[in-house]
Amino acid sequence: MIEIRFHGRGGQGAVTSAELMAQTAVGSGKYAQAFPSFGPERRGAPVTAFLRISDQPIRVREKIYNPDVVVVLDPSVMNVTKVDAGLKDSGVLIINSAHPAGALRQQYGFKWKITTIDALSIALEVLKVPITNTVMMGALSKVMGVATPDDVREPLQNRFGPALAPKNQEAFERAYANAKMEA
Amino acid sequence: MSVTKSTKPVGIEVSLAIAEAVKLAEAEVVAAYPITPQTHIVEHLSDLVANGELSAEYVPVESEQSALSACLGSSAAGARTFTATSSQGLMLMAEMVFIAPVLRLPIVMAVANRAISAPINIWNDHSDIMSIRDCGWIQFFAENGQEATDMTIISFRLAEDKNVMLPVILNLDGFTLSHFIEPILFPPQDKVRKYLPPYQTAHKLDITKPISMGLLGAPEVFTEIKKATDNALVASKKYVSKAFDEFGKIFGRQYKLVETYKTDDAETIIVTMGSISETATVAVDEMREAGEKVGLVHLRLWRPFPVDELRAAVRGAKHLAVVDRHFTPGFPEGPVATEIRALMYHEADRPKMSNFILGLGGRDVPRNHFKYIVEQVKGLGASGRQGHYEMVGVLE
Repeated sequence: MIEIRFHGRGGQGAVTSAELMAQTAVGSGKYAQAFPSFGPERRGAPVTAFLRISDQPIRVREKIYNPDVVVVLDPSVMNVTKVDAGLKDSGVLIINSAHPAGALRQQYGFKWKITTIDALSIALEVLKVPITNTVMMGALSKVMGVATPDDVREPLQNRFGPALAPKNQEAFERAYANAKMEA
Repeated sequence: MSVTKSTKPVGIEVSLAIAEAVKLAEAEVVAAYPITPQTHIVEHLSDLVANGELSAEYVPVESEQSALSACLGSSAAGARTFTATSSQGLMLMAEMVFIAPVLRLPIVMAVANRAISAPINIWNDHSDIMSIRDCGWIQFFAENGQEATDMTIISFRLAEDKNVMLPVILNLDGFTLSHFIEPILFPPQDKVRKYLPPYQTAHKLDITKPISMGLLGAPEVFTEIKKATDNALVASKKYVSKAFDEFGKIFGRQYKLVETYKTDDAETIIVTMGSISETATVAVDEMREAGEKVGLVHLRLWRPFPVDELRAAVRGAKHLAVVDRHFTPGFPEGPVATEIRALMYHEADRPKMSNFILGLGGRDVPRNHFKYIVEQVKGLGASGRQGHYEMVGVLE
């Protein structure tokens, strides 16, 4: 089982990312579970969402305290939330940032493997809005091998409809092609 | 494509899955208050009615009290009727809830269990449903999304059984079930129709054959009516088993009134209701690996209480650790523990009882809570007594 925690701000799609990744995994014949850190929804406030993917049925419903992966949709969250809290020793941080991994490591003291991707630029270029969820899904899928562009096609279609799904597919694929784990 | 046409599991929010199950059950009337503290269940039902997938009358009433009033009327007129509520909504509805079973109206209601004020809280515990515990409805607690989906269909079948004719509350934990995305395998529509034929009753409001319902019950009849209603509720238990068994035969998923997990040689048995039960099974597995003789009993049916099944499930245990998600202010134990202690009192070989209250107002219930509970029970020793509930995870 792989356990993933998403950090973002209300409106950026952290919850949607977890949901779509769960739907993608279930569609590929795996077991998955996604849920938000529940609370009154507020646009712009820090938001956490959780995702479990497994080859076996998932029974546990507790929050994820020791994730394998942390995905950061908005770099500003790192200034107000300890995003790496509880991250396993073998864990991975996937961060939306225009800065290289080394700079973030220095600024925040991260000791884990880091993938950075300039998701904001890709989102603005492809989607024309600063919503980074499908870009970060692409980076996560590539780095962790949890989904392919073909796997997400139907879930994106169902969620975004014919007008927006192709753009989101493109955003996913841009990240999927470019994301790579820090050496 | 509609998710219910998929022959493979679909990743879907459990609230939406319940709405889809109501669609598969071909409910004829849905009346609900559409604003907080409502869930996505009725929001999605309004979509399904609006887009023509479900041919039902959708009544967006002005309050929960009106929601159940409308349900009483539509069920009395012979329509298959559904509603859903939660928390403060159930509080406002309470006046009407107690009427449905006495009028023998087979309404199905999903309750996404959430705390009641004060302080204001929108998160999960069982304080809403426990405050109307004695309402007289058949009551289930769902453990996971698949079960909540299946149980929606089973509830209609059971409620409308001519030998039952009682309303059913399907409890599902707010957020930890209602807002989880998980894999759901939808029962095929043709098989649902076979399992759940259209609702028909001779006892309904019909202008060509007028009858009266809900009349005054003077002292000369009130006691008898109450006794008759309780007789019906108690007698419904065997039809719950029947509805489960027939569902199992058709759909391949067999449910029981009381589930046991690794209880055979267990010295300590934890008793739970609702969605913490699966987390508890993981804790049991981990404790078993460490050599603890521990098991789990999970109550799926809460009313009518499965007395014999519970006693059989815990037989041989030295300790019972009963978990409550609600507490009874001013009393030493929560409602589930109080009832189980009462039921065990006359047993010749009864276990020691202790009560742990946890997961109030959305406090997370990690598997460590169950390990802590077993440690506490062991610490009581052979002759120790707990005497008073312990609230797990209180920050002091």
